Amino acid sequence: MARVLVGVKRVIDYAVKIRVKPDKSGVVTEGVKHSMNPFDEIAVEEAVRMKEKKLAAEIIAVSCGPAQSQETLRTALAMGVDKAIHVEVTGKDLETLQPIHISKILAKLAQDEKADLVIVGKQAIDDDCNQTAQMTAALLDWPQGTFASKIEQSDGSLTIVREIDGGLETVKVKTPAVISADLRLNEPRYATLPNIMKAKKKPLKKVTPKDLGVEIKSHYDVVSVEDPPVRQAGSVLPDVDSLVAKLKEGGFV
Amino acid sequence: MASLVKLAKSTLRPGIRAISTSLPSASSEVPACGYAFELNDEQKEIQSLARKFTAEEIIPKAAEYDKTMEYPWPIVKKAWEVGLINNHIPSHCGGMNQGIFDGCLIAEELAYGCTGIKTAIEASGLGQTPVIIAGNKEQQKKYLGRLIDEPLVAAYCVTEPGAGSDVNGVKTRAEKKGDEWVINGQKMWITNGGVANWYFVLARTNPDPKASASKAFTGFIVERETPGVTPGRKEINMGQRCSDTRGITFEDVRVPKENVLIGEGAGFKIAMGAFDKTRPPVASGATGLAQRALDEATKYALERKAFGVPIAFHQAVAFMLADMAIGVETSRLAWMKSAWEVDQGRRNSYYASIAKALAGDVANKCASDAVQIFGGNGFNSEYPVEKLMRDAKIYQIYEGTAQIQRLIISRAIIDMAKAKA
Repeated sequence: MARVLVGVKRVIDYAVKIRVKPDKSGVVTEGVKHSMNPFDEIAVEEAVRMKEKKLAAEIIAVSCGPAQSQETLRTALAMGVDKAIHVEVTGKDLETLQPIHISKILAKLAQDEKADLVIVGKQAIDDDCNQTAQMTAALLDWPQGTFASKIEQSDGSLTIVREIDGGLETVKVKTPAVISADLRLNEPRYATLPNIMKAKKKPLKKVTPKDLGVEIKSHYDVVSVEDPPVRQAGSVLPDVDSLVAKLKEGGFV
Repeated sequence: MASLVKLAKSTLRPGIRAISTSLPSASSEVPACGYAFELNDEQKEIQSLARKFTAEEIIPKAAEYDKTMEYPWPIVKKAWEVGLINNHIPSHCGGMNQGIFDGCLIAEELAYGCTGIKTAIEASGLGQTPVIIAGNKEQQKKYLGRLIDEPLVAAYCVTEPGAGSDVNGVKTRAEKKGDEWVINGQKMWITNGGVANWYFVLARTNPDPKASASKAFTGFIVERETPGVTPGRKEINMGQRCSDTRGITFEDVRVPKENVLIGEGAGFKIAMGAFDKTRPPVASGATGLAQRALDEATKYALERKAFGVPIAFHQAVAFMLADMAIGVETSRLAWMKSAWEVDQGRRNSYYASIAKALAGDVANKCASDAVQIFGGNGFNSEYPVEKLMRDAKIYQIYEGTAQIQRLIISRAIIDMAKAKA
């Protein structure tokens, strides 16, 4: 039976209206509601379902971030994960934390914890990078199934249906492998109240990137963060001929 | 999760609620500076779960249930699965043994979505409370355990057509016949009356009219299926319409002596003792409604324009919002104090009455003001606030009327003054 490592990220809640800081260095996070990245919830749900179908033996959730990341891990524990690892990153390091670092951390933990499967959300809703799963697989030299909307297990291999631009692609990979969860993979359960209370007793270990031998060195600088331009008003045209004329004028035709 | 798809529905929760995370803790540890106004991590998760459940399961369906007035079984069942119901059942029956404070946290969140649905859920808790506080282990295992095993609900049967506030006026009588008690009478306005699996029934067992109230009544657990128990028709009320409210007739209903709570004559005290635990959740429900009224009114006031600006920028409207907020914040503090007190093991009747009285009045004012802010739209059923106004009224009536609460509070003040003298 598989040992599954699930990566979860604490992000600004999807329902919050994002505001850019006046100094343009980033977005306002102070006092703003945060929760687990929705795609990571789907990843956790998939792992828990595997455990319920007796395809997975133990599920370990990992989150890299400040102290509050423990809240996200506790939600994962309440959903059915067995134990959690908090990789603490704070201060300046937190500001420059990037998918390449996460991938290195997940790769190291996958080896330390003898994982057979690493599942993460396809992308985080704050940076939309869509890189962690791919880089983690590359670092481990494991096969990958990204944008997974269906996963089927058979001995030593996984059949994954991927949602790609052209439609649905089915791939078969040998385990161990890395998967990234897409929206339609499943519908995450509510963490039931008894499970929220039980989650307190589940183990949560804290480590630092240094303990794992990973250096958090920034590879790029964020120059500025700005709001997208305000949408300009359109104009209503009387007929198709004026539309064609306007398009020609603008050089679009 | 289809959470990304439901992004549109999330516009209901402006930043106001996201910031209101300053709430008292139920922990009995007193921090260095004295009072604490912060939830612990587990409470935050519980509140988060209840809020999510409300946003996804209750809010989208509330208007429909208000129209059809059907008992919200699907939602009750889901809440049962997720563990948002039956929280105070002791652990020896398989329950979560949760405190009143945490239960109130959940109640406020559910009420924010729909107080009708919240009442359907909460009324089961009211029926359970006498068994929780006064039942012996066998009774608890049998009747509370049953609610854990299956999504069933209970009901609290005390009020009669002729006796509401004056519990001493209860005429339903129970006569001992061998090893059984035979109950005859008529109850009215019983929430969950038609859907409950069992009832807590208060009946007069001492026929002497001069007998003191504290000894004349007995509490019984009565199974719904007992011959002679006849729930009446579903009553159509002003608000909280999906909640099932009925009259119930008891005709020669035979109840085994094992179903007596504590013993003959102990009923009045049990019935009243239950309120110390159930008034804080009612207060928190009213607070949830008031918060919803404030949020809806604020959202509308920022969208609706008059005289060139959103109406929120006209002081008349802005001040109404401010007064609503004053009400909401203080009702919240009041229910929290009353819930925290009872969880510390202390008698909280004074605080519970204050919380219930205040929250009921605040809910009604906020709902009415919300309709006012919506103007003509507020009066119309296409907008959510008229329902709030209809739903709010009962908070000044059930679980002890606003007048009874003031009676309790004033008596407590006098007792405290006498004790000091």
